[in-house]
Amino acid sequence: MTNQEIQQLVNSWSDKLEFSEEESEFLNVWVSKEELHSICEQLKTNRDLKFDYLFCVTGMDWGEELGVIYHLESTEFRHNIVVKVKTADRENPTLDTVSDIWLTAEYHEMEVYDFFGIKFNNHPNLKRLFLPADWEGYPLRKDYVDEVNMVIK
Amino acid sequence: MTKDQLIKPKLKTEEYFINMGPQHPATHGVLRLILTIDGEIIKNIEPDLGYIHRSIEKMCERDSYQQIVHLTDRMDYLSSHINNEAVCLTVEKALELEVPERVKVIRTIIAELTRIASHCLWWGVMGMDVGALTTYFYAFRDREMINDIFEETCGARLTMNYNIPGGLMFDIHPNFIKRVKEFITHFKTKIPEYDRLLTGNVIFQKRTKGVGVLSKEDAISFGASGPVARGSGVSCDIRKIHPYSAYTQVNFNEVLFTEGDSLARYKVRIQELWESVAIVEQLVDNIPEGDIKVDTKAVIKLPKGEYYQRVETARGELGVYINSTGTKNPYRVKFRSPGFSNLSVINKIAKGSKIGDLVAIMSTIDIVVPDIDR
Repeated sequence: MTNQEIQQLVNSWSDKLEFSEEESEFLNVWVSKEELHSICEQLKTNRDLKFDYLFCVTGMDWGEELGVIYHLESTEFRHNIVVKVKTADRENPTLDTVSDIWLTAEYHEMEVYDFFGIKFNNHPNLKRLFLPADWEGYPLRKDYVDEVNMVIK
Repeated sequence: MTKDQLIKPKLKTEEYFINMGPQHPATHGVLRLILTIDGEIIKNIEPDLGYIHRSIEKMCERDSYQQIVHLTDRMDYLSSHINNEAVCLTVEKALELEVPERVKVIRTIIAELTRIASHCLWWGVMGMDVGALTTYFYAFRDREMINDIFEETCGARLTMNYNIPGGLMFDIHPNFIKRVKEFITHFKTKIPEYDRLLTGNVIFQKRTKGVGVLSKEDAISFGASGPVARGSGVSCDIRKIHPYSAYTQVNFNEVLFTEGDSLARYKVRIQELWESVAIVEQLVDNIPEGDIKVDTKAVIKLPKGEYYQRVETARGELGVYINSTGTKNPYRVKFRSPGFSNLSVINKIAKGSKIGDLVAIMSTIDIVVPDIDR
């Protein structure tokens, strides 16, 4: 399917979606955090889309908001879509897990939790993946300060 | 206590934990697996990561684009050239630079030699893991020839830094073509030797056949890529699906096996040696003349936007995501490393098997820990 057809189909599921193709090679769709799980589930199960391969999960700190970017591909049709979700709550950011839809998300979400502090509801085993359990702060956030270990020029 | 109880004590087993690693020869680096064991049967595996995490992604946010290339060597150090290429391709894509044909061909030849070197090392260590020491020496003998070629051309044997955004750092050495051809002639007689020595060996077959079976659906869902996924019949070769550099000019096959067990993953890599040899053979005689780089500005500033490039390393799909705000440093860089996703299948496929089998499974997943611990 072309990006336009995908956009048309996905857009019929909800009226809160925002699409953009600017400044990116993929079709991007912004999803509200309440709808994240249901939209993702439909992206995978819809028989014209079949986005079964989640190849990249990126945690993001946009300054004001935290969020996650999901890069998806269909192994059958070879089309792509990028799902983006954000939350304005920096104190206690929570999103729904998609690890029940794509198993690979379990580890990737642990990584995002480790570095950005985003908690994932219903995640089977959410804990620090790389850093020790008693590490303070979330290093990949833009406002993270570590006076001991960080070399800033 | 009655006489009966003394003779037949009531046996009771209970689960216990055992650490495999962080210093264990089969983990190929500093990786700790926490195994829950009942007798010798594995009930659960929990990887404990981060022993060598350097937070390369954070370091990238402070570096210029030329500097980032150097950091990527240290992820999957056995695919260092391909990692460099991935970053360079992303930057070139963002700048809309078209590199000369000569650069594309040289990059592809060296990438395939890197793949052969990486698979050689894996083959040697794989044999050693299941108890055949000889393979290590055979594989390193051949791998050494590739490292010598690299050393002559770019001065380094492992972490090469031969790519720069816009092209290559130097031209190839005058001996390069001759020595690559010598290597190919030599290596074509050696792959059958690998097969005779290990592939057909009865003990080896028993250690790997039917061990650690990964289904096709799971392989896709776990985001597995490279030989791990292709051993389960998932067509995922980025060189075929989204060709880059000179892969559009060459004929080669994507190696697929459908069994999904350790032996299938092993066979994929052995077959890939042949395919890599074929690619190098097609290109080495036809390196076009021309420049080795396009000049870029001393300070590279990428236009505002998001850029993503996928390449096929020896371990699978490497993705580079760069988010730029238009300054000389990236706003965010993410490396989607193949090892990270490939490792996540381990609990699924090794559950219920014995500790000895876990060693064979780990070998055929072929993890490089710095790739996981970026």
